[in-house]
Amino acid sequence: MTIEAFPPGLLLILGAVLLLLLRGRAREAVTLVLPVAVLAHLWTLPDGVLLQFSFLGMAVEPLEVDALSRLFATIFAIMAAAGALYAIRQSRFLEIIAAYIYAGGAIGVAFAGDLITVFVFWEVMALASTMVLWAAGNENAWKASFRYLMIHLLGGVVLMAGIVAHVQAGNGTDFVAMKPEDVGTWLILIGFLLNAAAPPLSAWLADAYPEASPGGMVFLSAFTTKTAVYVLLRGFPGAEILVFVGLYMVFYGIIYALLENDMRRILAYSIVNQVGFMVTGVGIGTEMALNGAAAHAFAHIIYKALLLMSAGSVLHMTGKRKCTDLGGLFQSMPLTTICGIIGALAISSFPLTSGFISKSMIGQAAVDSNMAVVWFLLTAASAGVFLHAGIKFPWFVFFQKDSGLRPKDPPLNMRWAMILFAFLCIAIGVFPGTLYALLPYPVDYVPYTAPHVINILQLLLFSGAAFFVCLPMMKRTLTISLDFDWFYRKFFGILGKEFSYLGVDAYAAAWTALERRLERFITRIFKHHGPAGVMARTWPTGSTALWMAILLLVYLLLTYV
Amino acid sequence: MIASVHFPILQIVLPLLLAPVCVLLRGARLAWFTALTASWGAFGIAVALLYDVLAGGPVSYAVGGWNAPWGIELRVDAANAFVLTIVAGIGAVVMIFARKSVEHEIGDSRAYLFYSAYLLCLAGLLGVTVTGDAFNLFVFLEISSLSSYVLISLGKDRRALYAAYQYLILGTIGATFYLIGVGLLYQVTGTLNMMDLAQRIGGQEDLRGVHVAFAFLTVGISLKLALFPLHFWLPNAYAYAPSAVTGFMAATATKVSVYVLLRVFFTIFGVDFSFGQMPLGEILMILAVAAMFAASTVAIFQNDVKRMLAYSSVAQIGYIVLGIGMASVTGVQAGVLHLFNHALIKGGLFLAMGCIAYSIGSTHIRDLGGLGKRMPWTAAAFVAGGFGLIGIPMTAGFVSKWYLVLAALEQGWWWIAVLILLSSLLAVLYVWKVVERMYFQPAGGTGETVERAEAPLGLLIPTWILIVASIWFGIDTRLSAGAALEAAKTLLGAG
Repeated sequence: MTIEAFPPGLLLILGAVLLLLLRGRAREAVTLVLPVAVLAHLWTLPDGVLLQFSFLGMAVEPLEVDALSRLFATIFAIMAAAGALYAIRQSRFLEIIAAYIYAGGAIGVAFAGDLITVFVFWEVMALASTMVLWAAGNENAWKASFRYLMIHLLGGVVLMAGIVAHVQAGNGTDFVAMKPEDVGTWLILIGFLLNAAAPPLSAWLADAYPEASPGGMVFLSAFTTKTAVYVLLRGFPGAEILVFVGLYMVFYGIIYALLENDMRRILAYSIVNQVGFMVTGVGIGTEMALNGAAAHAFAHIIYKALLLMSAGSVLHMTGKRKCTDLGGLFQSMPLTTICGIIGALAISSFPLTSGFISKSMIGQAAVDSNMAVVWFLLTAASAGVFLHAGIKFPWFVFFQKDSGLRPKDPPLNMRWAMILFAFLCIAIGVFPGTLYALLPYPVDYVPYTAPHVINILQLLLFSGAAFFVCLPMMKRTLTISLDFDWFYRKFFGILGKEFSYLGVDAYAAAWTALERRLERFITRIFKHHGPAGVMARTWPTGSTALWMAILLLVYLLLTYV
Repeated sequence: MIASVHFPILQIVLPLLLAPVCVLLRGARLAWFTALTASWGAFGIAVALLYDVLAGGPVSYAVGGWNAPWGIELRVDAANAFVLTIVAGIGAVVMIFARKSVEHEIGDSRAYLFYSAYLLCLAGLLGVTVTGDAFNLFVFLEISSLSSYVLISLGKDRRALYAAYQYLILGTIGATFYLIGVGLLYQVTGTLNMMDLAQRIGGQEDLRGVHVAFAFLTVGISLKLALFPLHFWLPNAYAYAPSAVTGFMAATATKVSVYVLLRVFFTIFGVDFSFGQMPLGEILMILAVAAMFAASTVAIFQNDVKRMLAYSSVAQIGYIVLGIGMASVTGVQAGVLHLFNHALIKGGLFLAMGCIAYSIGSTHIRDLGGLGKRMPWTAAAFVAGGFGLIGIPMTAGFVSKWYLVLAALEQGWWWIAVLILLSSLLAVLYVWKVVERMYFQPAGGTGETVERAEAPLGLLIPTWILIVASIWFGIDTRLSAGAALEAAKTLLGAG
């Protein structure tokens, strides 16, 4: 057993628990200082394995530091700090505690040197993020949190099966690059991908996140999917299947986001879309691509949090979340509007923003690897991103028609959090060298070349023009889009009765036949296993005696076999 | 030290002799104090024995100086020293819980009956565990069973009587099956000592008598450990028994029966016969998987939380038996380890239910609304125990699940590993149902202010001892997994 440093993830978790003991101003102060202290601590850590012990006869290394893990841990800590600043006065305190535990889990995964540690922190994240959802404190959030928890525990189960099989096959617990070639590694990959919101279970994200509180969704957007990107980067660089999975996610996100009317659901789908870019980068697997995926994850956390902070501010001040109810807010919420636009520009990879210097690396890597089709699709998708997140979100929320709403900008702490992240978005875009220096591999990529800048501007200009030309078609109506989550929502809904999902929509008719069959199945289970069912009834004594006789008979007969 | 030589018998004699003392003393306080002394004394001895055995190998004790195979031998090896520690430990912790709980649910006037029956039951269970004699085991089994019928029937609900009666009938049939099996073995071999039996059965495996004895023993013990589908007595017995009894029995009685099963399969008949000649592995596997799914599904729909936990016990026994059915060192280790972990988890959960029954007077799910505010410590204990049932990392349940999956994969049983993990998701459903009610639903009344109604410390402390232990053994597995490994090696004759 060696202990050279205390794990930063655990520090954040323990600190969060200790916050429960504090009250008033002291609590606020410690809340804001804690993630900064964690950040300072993790930057003092040297490279290498700093903590090691044995558990269940296996080597466990909860603290192994290198450039990649430091990069992710850094952005997780920054995110925790800014998120807490944003949410500290408005959210329930439980939410901050849960979010810190959640962030601590993410940092723990980032520094995990072995699969056991990954799994432990993985489950910590699943539970803590569910608590973040609960903290919204309304019925919808509660139900969504149950679906969310079930999906993530399922993912945890798959991951655990994979890890056990991996260990069983004699590969040890060390968390190093793997190839999906046997059952163990495949299961691990599936477990990882589930948290990245990969198909076919992408829907949990857009189902659950928008139900969180304004501050809660800012936290949720950052950690789960990006730890998944991190573990893919570390565990499966260059796994070809990830290219296809990533591309699917990119377009899935765009299409659903374009159909969506709820502003925070739009942004939730765009998380899937952006994570798709990263997953594709991991799949390409060259140093440039991996650097690009890591840098994009870093940049994405900041601008997506910024977008969600501005959407959250709108929700907080107006209580409305549908594009059709909003509009014209720029007059009374100038700061929120500006920050929202900066985030929107960053996600569209506009030059001089963080998105520009990170996403282009993935595209460049596709070019370098002679993956013309991948490059083409990624470029087309960039236009799509600009449509759904870059223009659609700010246009419908802040401009468009005048909804008559005249909310003020949000309270001071929320404003400062937005300003901080807006500043970071631009600072990274203007000085890419700082971020590039943190990346795991040396970078010899120059984003600001004339052809590249012109290329991007053309792309954005034309897709922007397309948006306004097609504006009548883009007008959102009051629709609810149906997704794969319907299956498990419905399934668990009927199973638990209490958890039944009430959203009836026009598309449902198409599924009635299936639904009826499912209902019959559940009814049958209930008939046999319910309190009065054959399995749960208080049986007459004789029946057990009969069973004993039957079993005895079976045993006796089998001796003749 | 001279006394240490007599530890194996003192273990049983202490509670056995103090049981009638409780009756003589009559006073609830005095009887409780006597029982407390006896149970903690037994626990101390059990721990000492465990250390002795792990350090110096099996301990054999000839009762009355009569040597085996003529006399009764008490034999403690790694396997039963471990089980002894669990049983005596739970017995001791529940005894602290018992004072308040019994005062509330049974009343001071009849409390002495409870304490003496409790001690008899404890003595019986310890005796079953410690003895090396097949017939003597039956005697102790009956001591523990008869006293447990009494304990169950002390429940407040009138259905407790029927539950106890049903358990009495079925338990007696089970014990009779066991006795028939032992009789047949005696007929074939002429001995009752387990070690001696094991030697003499060797070479006579083809005799019909041995086969029939095996069948009777297996079915008889399967009933005592509530292996699906012979579990029908268990839910009612657990649901309607007094809280302290449920906590005690859930964590010990079925576990001791599992131990007997291990003894019969591995020590008396041997692995080659049990799993080679008899198709035991397959049968146990099917029944275990059926238990895991059917009982968990029933648990989801239960409205009384005690009954829900009882069904969950049936499912958990499925996991234990599944591990045993693999007949490999890892498999048996997983089974024995889960036996230990589940005793802690389920003991803690049932005690938490005891706290709720004390304060609210009901364990029905509809009465648990708002409990997160009214009884924060009890509710938190339930959540922590629930995590253990699901098998969240850093709880004991996770360690069990880990070993079980490892053992299944070692056998190449892919789909079994998947089933184990999937069925653990069913536990999420029934635990969630209770957690939701406790934390999200308001208290039953309409808008009345929620007053704190936390259970007294006398109930909370033992509950939390078990819960903390279940978390402790999820993190530090050296003792539990190590002892379970020793036990498995001893049973399989590999170490």
